[in-house]
Amino acid sequence: MNFSLFLTELWNARLSLLSGLGNTILISAASVVLGSVLGVFIGLAMTYGAKWLRFIVRLYIDFLRGTPVFVLILACFYILSVVGLDLTAFQAGVLALTLFCSSHVGEIVRGALIAIPAGQTEAAKSVGLTFGQTFVYVLLPQALRQILPTWVNTATEIVKASTLLSIIGVVELLLATQQVISRTYLSLEFYLFAGFVYFLLNFVIEQAGRAVERRISIP
Amino acid sequence: MSPILTISGLHKSFGKVEVLKGIDLTMKQGDVVSLIGSSGSGKTTLLRCVNLLEDFEQGSIELAGQSIGYKQDGGQRRRLSEREIARQRAMTGMAFQQFNLFPHMTAIRNVMLGLIKTKKMGKDEARAIAEKWLDRVGMGQRRDHYPGQLSGGQQQRVAIARAIAMNPQIMLFDEVTSALDPELVSEVLAVVRDLATEGMTMLLVTHEMRFARDVSTKVVFMHQGRIHEEGAPEEIFGAPKTERLQGFLAKSEF
Repeated sequence: MNFSLFLTELWNARLSLLSGLGNTILISAASVVLGSVLGVFIGLAMTYGAKWLRFIVRLYIDFLRGTPVFVLILACFYILSVVGLDLTAFQAGVLALTLFCSSHVGEIVRGALIAIPAGQTEAAKSVGLTFGQTFVYVLLPQALRQILPTWVNTATEIVKASTLLSIIGVVELLLATQQVISRTYLSLEFYLFAGFVYFLLNFVIEQAGRAVERRISIP
Repeated sequence: MSPILTISGLHKSFGKVEVLKGIDLTMKQGDVVSLIGSSGSGKTTLLRCVNLLEDFEQGSIELAGQSIGYKQDGGQRRRLSEREIARQRAMTGMAFQQFNLFPHMTAIRNVMLGLIKTKKMGKDEARAIAEKWLDRVGMGQRRDHYPGQLSGGQQQRVAIARAIAMNPQIMLFDEVTSALDPELVSEVLAVVRDLATEGMTMLLVTHEMRFARDVSTKVVFMHQGRIHEEGAPEEIFGAPKTERLQGFLAKSEF
């Protein structure tokens, strides 16, 4: 391993790698935010919805969770364009990861909500709270604490899954790295470097999650 | 004096099992009525019907002149809207066997929630009322503690404060001492007794027979979904008429 050569090449490639990292962060953040919002509604539908709604949502969750993310990405990119929905590779990738994320978050939210004892809802009702108020002030704050660790885990999964977007040509960190490698032939060095950056990214997410967890823990 | 609570012909089923088979009960302001009976007799279900935690299929409950939960609309029985039901629930205060305090809020926040959200009070007014009631149940010193930092008896006292701070027409107590260690029972009963002497209208389900005898103006013995025998505490405990009540009392602890 020629370390000074690697450093020189790393410096030369800094802009394309940084833009790749920027894309990775953008893709992950967008998918996690959109997927979580969608996931909360899915979790709500699963917990409180009418029977037919629960059935449809169950199908949605099972279908998405039973499909490899890779297949989901290819499907969003190739199949949707066939039916006339023309998405860029970036959009298709974010859509696929959003759907994937929403199915996981939906399941997490449902699990957290049904784990709250029925007495909590009854107590809220007994002081005259409506269902909406009960959800916002009593159930959600308790569910969020339950959700957080698993949700952080899902976020790191999404960051890792974002590498799959390189297949449909989105220049995120992995594809940017591969492009540098094809120019410099320093495959070991740059793959190690990319791995380290992914680790760092997820490490930061996990630490941030733990910090929030400590802050909001109930005495 | 006109009755504050009138239950008439109340029927309630869980699926095919009929748990309340026609209950008639009236209470005046200041009455303290204890429901006793073996488990499965329908006492708790009756209590839960009064604040609409359970729907009921037949009969009516009238509280302070309002028909609770349902209205007659052109000969048809209609359930009230969720909003109206929520408003009616606030007319009753309920204390639960398992306390059911909100674990993510301090004691005082627990009491303030209903005042702010249901009664639309400002924070300061709600805080003042919450402090007053927490003091009354002897929990003023611990108002900034979370439920997890309180003993069972302390939690139950906060829960009672939460219910009564809403200024309900009637307080419902559902076996409020059953989940407590024996040495904590008396502190909770003291609070309930205190409210009874103050003239609070109360309907309580209890297994504490001695307590029921002391505080009640009327005792109701339920058996298999019906009121089997009712009367003044001296009659019920001193001279039970039916064989079943005699048997029940013989097996109960005093």
